[in-house]
Amino acid sequence: MALYKLKINGRDYRADVDPDTPLLWVLRDSLGLAGTKYGCGIAMCGACTVHVNGEAARSCVLPVSSLANAKITTIEGLSATGDHPVQQAWDETDVPQCGYCQAGQIMMAAALLKRNPKPSGEEIDTAMAGNLCRCGTYHRIREAIQSAANKIR
Amino acid sequence: MKNGTNQSRRNFFRQAATAGGGLVLGFNWLETSGSVPSIVNGTASVAGTAADAFDFNSYLSISPKGIITIFSPNPEVGQGIKTAFPIIVAEDLDADWKAVKVLQAPLDTIKFQRQVAGGSGSIPHSWKRLREAGATARQMLMQAAASRLNVPVAELTTQKGVVVHTPTGRKLTYGELAADAAKLPIPADVKLKDQKDFKLIGQSIKNVDNLPIITGKPLFGLDFYREGMLFAMVQRPVAFGLKLKSVDAATAKAMPGIVDVVTFKNSVAVVGKSTWQVKKAREALKIEWEKEAGTESTADHNKLFAQLLGQPDATVRRKDGNVEEAFRNAAKVVKSEYQCPFLPHSPLEPMNFFAHVRADGAELVGPTQTPELARNETAKLLGIPPEKVTVEMTRMGGGFGRRLKADFVLEAVEVSRLVKAPVKLIWTREDDMTGGSYRPAVRYRFEAALDVQGNMIGYKLRGAGINAGNSTRENNFPSGAVDHLLIDSADHKSPITTGPWRAPVTNFLACAEQSFLDEVAFAAGKDPVQFRLELLDKAKKAPVGEIKYDIDRMKGVIRLAAEKSGWGRKKEVAQGFSVYFSHASYVAQVAEVAMQKGKPVVRKIYAAADCGVVVNQSGARQQVMGGIVDGMGHAMYGNLTFRDGAPEQTNFNSYRMIRINEIPQVEVHFVDNGIEPTGLGEPALPPTGAAVANALFKATGKRLRNQPFAEQEELKGVS
Repeated sequence: MALYKLKINGRDYRADVDPDTPLLWVLRDSLGLAGTKYGCGIAMCGACTVHVNGEAARSCVLPVSSLANAKITTIEGLSATGDHPVQQAWDETDVPQCGYCQAGQIMMAAALLKRNPKPSGEEIDTAMAGNLCRCGTYHRIREAIQSAANKIR
Repeated sequence: MKNGTNQSRRNFFRQAATAGGGLVLGFNWLETSGSVPSIVNGTASVAGTAADAFDFNSYLSISPKGIITIFSPNPEVGQGIKTAFPIIVAEDLDADWKAVKVLQAPLDTIKFQRQVAGGSGSIPHSWKRLREAGATARQMLMQAAASRLNVPVAELTTQKGVVVHTPTGRKLTYGELAADAAKLPIPADVKLKDQKDFKLIGQSIKNVDNLPIITGKPLFGLDFYREGMLFAMVQRPVAFGLKLKSVDAATAKAMPGIVDVVTFKNSVAVVGKSTWQVKKAREALKIEWEKEAGTESTADHNKLFAQLLGQPDATVRRKDGNVEEAFRNAAKVVKSEYQCPFLPHSPLEPMNFFAHVRADGAELVGPTQTPELARNETAKLLGIPPEKVTVEMTRMGGGFGRRLKADFVLEAVEVSRLVKAPVKLIWTREDDMTGGSYRPAVRYRFEAALDVQGNMIGYKLRGAGINAGNSTRENNFPSGAVDHLLIDSADHKSPITTGPWRAPVTNFLACAEQSFLDEVAFAAGKDPVQFRLELLDKAKKAPVGEIKYDIDRMKGVIRLAAEKSGWGRKKEVAQGFSVYFSHASYVAQVAEVAMQKGKPVVRKIYAAADCGVVVNQSGARQQVMGGIVDGMGHAMYGNLTFRDGAPEQTNFNSYRMIRINEIPQVEVHFVDNGIEPTGLGEPALPPTGAAVANALFKATGKRLRNQPFAEQEELKGVS
């Protein structure tokens, strides 16, 4: 066990955990930020997607010891009130079915639009192909990303 | 009405303790890490109803400020019930949807019935009950307004949460009337709205939990947290057919954060202070397993299928006419076999449950499709009355039938009992994929006898399954449309556990049957749509035996799908047709395949669905699109194989699931026939596999008879 200082959603957090603990479990078990989801633990489903220094990252395979000085954003920090354009588009398009994967999808989409504000259909598919949705809301995910892109423009 | 009867009606309808109901689900805990946004619709983050609200029945209460709280009793698994149920109540209440707040009700077998997410049955079962709950309260509010205004009830109408005295235009809000209205006797007989007056039902209404979902609020079972709770993971036998021989837990117990290691039945549970510590300690267990039964491999199953299909005797499910004679007299015989593999359910939220076994009972919180079963099995395990067990349902990150079982609930209960502490039991993805209760592997053999005109005069189906039970649906189409028919099944009992998987049996039977009928139509030289319509005409005019499906509804979706897809009129794409009746609804689909760089690509799927009245356009549409993605994904890629009893795929790196870049366009149409809702959680899935396979045949001339399609020779390398 060791004490780690983390900068998450603009706030300072401390967690006393084993060095190999993935960020995902630090967020969920130690810090009470349960919006980031566990789906596979091997970076194959995208449910755990967060932003590390502005880039999308799979928190289930990021050891906490590798994150000193990193600026981390989770779904709770994207906008706590849901007014980020991607969140708004998700609501307006009525994307969620069960909803479990959607925090990861939203974080992935937000990172995509930050990098590429006007993605083509193919670019959306390529960026989002790492995020599984077992309910099959993929059509609406595409539509919501297009709609968010229009909002940001 | 006698007082006693009225009292029991009131008990049935009346919601008892609403304020501070148990649905807090760790939200108090959340508040320590930030403020919880308040929203009007669909907030699970509100602890119960307003303290000053008046209860009208089990489903709803109204506060003096006009906030209408509607309890949704059935578990929400992504089928949209938490949105659809309240829409139905609010419709007949004539509520202002913006003033409606929805809460998940806990298990309560006195107030509610059939609190189950399964069988596409929630809305068909509750439709009338929910409408009456709304209409009853509306009637009471109108009565209260009549007394207050001293006018006859007949002069009153309602709109959006307001009672209006039509002659004078005077208005009273539901909030203003709630206190008086709630005291009135429950009316025995209430009038339900005419469908033409529906204002909410049939509209597109957003998921009531959208805001907590998109802002990452802890809604799901895995998110549940209780101060002082311990985390647990269970090591189960690593292969089906093994049992526990010995455990050496010394290393695991000495690891940081580990509180205890306990053994029950054939399982070893590691209990500790965090998920990660428990997971690592579980890997440090030294366990010896020994054989308890045969350990089977997929290769064994393939041999078994040949035996089961070849053996003379099987369980006869339906027999009409003289099938042997029909085949002897046939001008042409078509015969084919179709096979599917085992599938895990793979809900994105793995199994988990919170249990706190105390001296005086047990508290359960978590994702379950069958809370009553969870309660009863827990009571049985603990040897206590079911009333001593409470169950609260969290939102579920999918279920697909896996959460109809209570095995994972009982694991949480066992561990909590053994360590005498509140416990959250967690399965990893690997546990989820290897932990059993799969869609069974099945192989079907179909035979059709055609006369010289190409009429199907004989039909034989044998289903051979591994722990599949009756792998047929003997009374589904085409039964009733064929003079001579024999449907039977043979099953192998295996240590590999199986269970319901979205659209049980029909999830693959539909694919096999509708592909086979395509083969028969081709052999008969008939258009596949026309061929099916002819069979249905025959079933209507000269039915053979019992017919348990609605011929007109089936024809309705066939015609609608053909019309919307421009069936038979397109040159640029190859079209494949499929139609299926499952649970109580009808869905027809047309898949379109185009050749792209020499490879077939599924471009688009049209769906025509008849589920009766569509409660929520947005939810229903997505349910069909999602069902098609699910149906196509598993038909193309899903494959769980075994070696010596152990699943060979353990996570999404070796088990392939459909992704966003692999989906076709989907266009959804509903039949508007005004009949009461017949369910939609499952029926859109079964037809998809065959629509795709039949279109691929059209495009390539190759029949795909075995799933997963992508691994068959015909499609090798095509993605």
